[in-house]
Amino acid sequence: MQTENVLEMQGICKSFPGVRALHNVSFTLRKGEVHGLMGENGAGKSTLIKVMTGVYEKDAGHMMVEGKPIHFRSPEEAQDFGVGTVYQEITLCPNLTVAENMFIGRGRYAFVNWKRMKEKTTQLLGSFGIPARPTQQLSSCSLAVQQMIAIARAMDMDCKILILDEPTSSLDEDEVRKLFSLMRELKSRGVGIVFVTHFLDQVYEISDRITVLRNGELIGEYDASSLSQFELVSKMMGKALEDVSQMKRREPSARDGGEPVLEATGLSSAAGVRPFDFTIRKGEINGFTGLLGSGRSESVRAIFAADKVTGGEIKMNGKKVKISEPIHAMKLGIGYLPEDRKGDGIIADLSVRDNIVLALQVLKGFFKPLSRKQAEAFAEEYIEYLKIKAPSTSTPITSLSGGNQQKVILARWLLTHLQYLILDEPTRGIDVGTKVEIQRLVLKFAEDGVSVTFISSEIEEMLRTCSRLIVMKDRAIVGELTGENLTETDIMHVIAG
Amino acid sequence: MTFRSMSDRVESSTRSRGTGWIRLPKTVYLVAALLLAMAGIASAGGSSEKAAATSSTPSSLIKVGIVNLPPAESGYRQANVDDMNNVFSQANGYDAKQTNTGDNSEQIAAAEGYIRDGVNYLLISAANATGWDNVLQSAKAAGVTVFLFDRLIQTDPSNFQAAVVSDMRAEGDRALNWLLSQNLPVYNVILIRGQLGSAAEVGRSAPFLKAAADNKINIVADGTGGDSWSPAEARKVVEAAITAGKDFNVIYAENDGLAQGAVQALDAAGISHGKGGKVIIMGCDFNRFGLRNVQAGYWNFTNQCRPRQAAEISSWIKAHQSGAAFPSGIIYQKEIYADTSNVTDAMIQDQGINADPGKGVITK
Amino acid sequence: MARMKSYGSQLFLPLSVLAILILVNLIKGSSYFSISIINGALYGNIPNILFGASELVILAIGMTLVTSSAGSQDLSVGVAATITSAVFVWVLLSAGKITWITILAAFLASCVVGILIGTFNGALVAALNVQPIVATLIVYTAGRSIAFLIDGKLSPILANNLTYEIGSEIPGVPIQTPIILTAVFVVLFAVLLRTTNLKLYSQSVGINQRAARLNGINPVRIKFLAFMIMGVCTAVAGFIAVTKAGRHDSVNLLKDIEMDAILAVAIGGSSLYGGKFSITGSIIGAYTIEVLNRTLLRLDVDPDAIKAFKAVFIIILMVIASPAVRELAGNGTKWVRDRLGGAVQIPTAIGEDAAVDPKSDISAKKEV
Repeated sequence: MQTENVLEMQGICKSFPGVRALHNVSFTLRKGEVHGLMGENGAGKSTLIKVMTGVYEKDAGHMMVEGKPIHFRSPEEAQDFGVGTVYQEITLCPNLTVAENMFIGRGRYAFVNWKRMKEKTTQLLGSFGIPARPTQQLSSCSLAVQQMIAIARAMDMDCKILILDEPTSSLDEDEVRKLFSLMRELKSRGVGIVFVTHFLDQVYEISDRITVLRNGELIGEYDASSLSQFELVSKMMGKALEDVSQMKRREPSARDGGEPVLEATGLSSAAGVRPFDFTIRKGEINGFTGLLGSGRSESVRAIFAADKVTGGEIKMNGKKVKISEPIHAMKLGIGYLPEDRKGDGIIADLSVRDNIVLALQVLKGFFKPLSRKQAEAFAEEYIEYLKIKAPSTSTPITSLSGGNQQKVILARWLLTHLQYLILDEPTRGIDVGTKVEIQRLVLKFAEDGVSVTFISSEIEEMLRTCSRLIVMKDRAIVGELTGENLTETDIMHVIAG
Repeated sequence: MTFRSMSDRVESSTRSRGTGWIRLPKTVYLVAALLLAMAGIASAGGSSEKAAATSSTPSSLIKVGIVNLPPAESGYRQANVDDMNNVFSQANGYDAKQTNTGDNSEQIAAAEGYIRDGVNYLLISAANATGWDNVLQSAKAAGVTVFLFDRLIQTDPSNFQAAVVSDMRAEGDRALNWLLSQNLPVYNVILIRGQLGSAAEVGRSAPFLKAAADNKINIVADGTGGDSWSPAEARKVVEAAITAGKDFNVIYAENDGLAQGAVQALDAAGISHGKGGKVIIMGCDFNRFGLRNVQAGYWNFTNQCRPRQAAEISSWIKAHQSGAAFPSGIIYQKEIYADTSNVTDAMIQDQGINADPGKGVITK
Repeated sequence: MARMKSYGSQLFLPLSVLAILILVNLIKGSSYFSISIINGALYGNIPNILFGASELVILAIGMTLVTSSAGSQDLSVGVAATITSAVFVWVLLSAGKITWITILAAFLASCVVGILIGTFNGALVAALNVQPIVATLIVYTAGRSIAFLIDGKLSPILANNLTYEIGSEIPGVPIQTPIILTAVFVVLFAVLLRTTNLKLYSQSVGINQRAARLNGINPVRIKFLAFMIMGVCTAVAGFIAVTKAGRHDSVNLLKDIEMDAILAVAIGGSSLYGGKFSITGSIIGAYTIEVLNRTLLRLDVDPDAIKAFKAVFIIILMVIASPAVRELAGNGTKWVRDRLGGAVQIPTAIGEDAAVDPKSDISAKKEV
């Protein structure tokens, strides 16, 4: 029985200044199983994984790999023991080539055989069906492809323990299928896989067992077959929660037929989106949907001038306006929460406070800084309002969990009193509880008369919140669904048709 | 192309009136572009060739090629370059060209060019002391007479006719002898050296270090102005000595700038100096401001480091025309010193280097 | 309250380094802090340090700003200050009469030139995306020749009472003028940071240019502005340097000061890759360098060995300031606190705010 466990962790504790991230947590991983690690924002999943992989040293507790007690002091050590990881945020080097990324930090030799490296990479990419060339710069690949490269890299390292931290959040369904078949293949070879995700369906589809963490503590370990979705969610939330799927779909309100707030005609951008028309009315929630790479993000980016606008016209409240820089959009009362939180959203080293007041501060102008007191008051107000978990307003935003970072950016835009808010994947990579909160907030904004464009990879989420969906394919709008036609099947039909 | 693309960027960034807190007029960018061009010219101008003669050159003129360092290197070099241009002028019967660059390979290329042009004489002040063997030999083969000035080259003495240089060691001796002739009861000296290891520093320090070893003087503080002969550093050396309560009555600085910095420290601390003062001030280089300070009794002494070798070389060339033989080997220039008793306006005008603040003006 | 603590912790290292240096000086002689009045002005080690470091302090401030937004350093500061001071001298001497008015006019002219140089560097960096170290290398390489030409190929002399008083002391004022000028500059800069969003903007641009742009900040302008402010810094530093020197030496004025300015930023705890910065830290860093130089002189280190000593000391400094040691120091503090069982609150030197935030302490206790 002992040897069946490839990884055993007992009584793991880990604290950071002011934050107790893990308290007496145990976790076992068997050979050839997929073990779902579940928990809300800040439950301690990421910390536990970082302890497993030697990024953090545990403060207390025992850890055994294949029955042997070990203590990882660095990721390299963990790697030597066969622990491979693919993190939620891609941690490869964007400015190196695919092949270099595949092999960087792995060789124990001073010299590189470039030719062999290239051949090996070509072979790996081929076997996983990854559409990339070995000599291509990693940053030129889509996020999904980068993710798959990271997985391929880990898989190539003969690991016994593979940790996948939110691997599917940027993959479309087809890619998820491929990943799952790979995971099953690895399972059959006896690899133990730790799988972290926020997609409940996916956990049940692939996991054998599920471990739930909450507030840095172990809630329990369960067989996936004997734990209902509802139970899982309530264990994660720690309270009786109305079933997420029971949440009412939004009824179209009278406002949906209101005055157009923003009308775009023939808009196109340097990011390659084809000229499109788009209108949003006061208090309306609409969404852009489509497969990954369909151009849904690029479209909203064009509205906000996040990418260079190459053509088209925009009318705001019936008046023609010019939006060639984000600041122009901001001045017209438009806010944009970007898809890439790390690269486009947060200002990493700055405090939660600075991150919250940033947009308002810029709108006020260079010579009108908020006083320290004002900024503090605003930050505290919104930390309270959005229930942001932060030790203090001066905590660097990077020490918050992903969901809380997202809420900080949401707060940033709410503070500017906008007319129109664009949310691109606001719920990606964050826990169920926060997801529901964000959906509720979106509905509330609309009640208050704010127009919202909501983009999510989870179609159900969009169906629940949006009264109109714009369907995109190959960087062009292929359809628009409202009312009765607003179902998953209809969307599939439009995309397929 | 560069300007074109830049102005494109300018367009787009001035158009976007974002935060509206600062607007850069296009002229600002234009000036920036101009500055860019200017910088280009200036950096390209690092190696410049100046013709001392006009384009029409009578065949009777003696052709001379001068390879020298750039005048921007120092006040000494500026005086040296001017001196070369003045002496080897058409009026004096020369058709001379001068190349000024601090890059040794550029200097060698220029020397090769002069040899090809068929000059009669090649005058060289080398940036580096090595790497000159080939070009000197080809000069010899072409029958070009080579004189070195100011700086020596590490090569066989047969590769050049003669070299005119300053004897740094003699400068040090001259300063020391002058100091010892003051008949002070005790010599407590602050030594402020120049760039450590440079020929000037080594030569000018050696006699003082030896005198200290022989107990003729005491060196109470031994400092340096660093690689940039920095007056500010010299000031710090003296300030450190003052605040540490050291007793001293002589400051020997290895150039005038260092002496100036040292004196600033004395002034700030209210310590008298110069003629009749507590501390004797000794500089070096014969800067006109230093000479004026000596003349005013604000300093006591400054030592010459002669930047003018042209007249001497010219006299050899003229003598050779009337049949005399060239001197050979290393020839040291005659140099002088100035103290409060011997300094004259004529000396300041003729022998000094750099700007003259004017009679009676003290440069603090 | 929390702010004071977090602020203090950031400055703990540069301050402790400075303290160690001062301790060494005190061991060498207890009269280190003694100040007397000479010719109506304060005299002693402290005034000497403040006097000597004035240009470095000003350039370190500019360097901090450029580093923050552009994520790299300006190598041209010393050379640029040489050019601006050459312009100052040229305008002043061309004016014929030297009065407070002509001095002010010449200074303003030198500021304009400083801003132009900043604009040039800024154009290369911000608009053409040239790496700052490469871009500023142009002025660095060509600048002294330009200054030499402005000087009329001689080193012009400012032998007059007014500029001398600026470079030393004004009769009746007990503090040397460069110290006052530096203080005024620091105050003005503090006012600039207070009345504008310069700090927030340049930090944002330095940390994440893309996100900054998506929040309405124009990164090109911010970098431009940083270089233009640097231009003013060079003009002020050049003005102080040349009035101190009394003559303009295009070859050696403020030579190699750019390296000290960069070092000051590093000692002050700001990342040389840009982003967050601490002006106070850089100022302390500048004074630390000055104290270090003077300490070596006070210890009568052989001139041949001075550079080696300085290098060793800087290595030690950088090791102390390195993130690895900071973390270690943080753990050490934690260790001590754990041993004391939380009975005594030790203000953490290195840890985040959270460590000293009373709220989080309470919540932690609850959970236990």
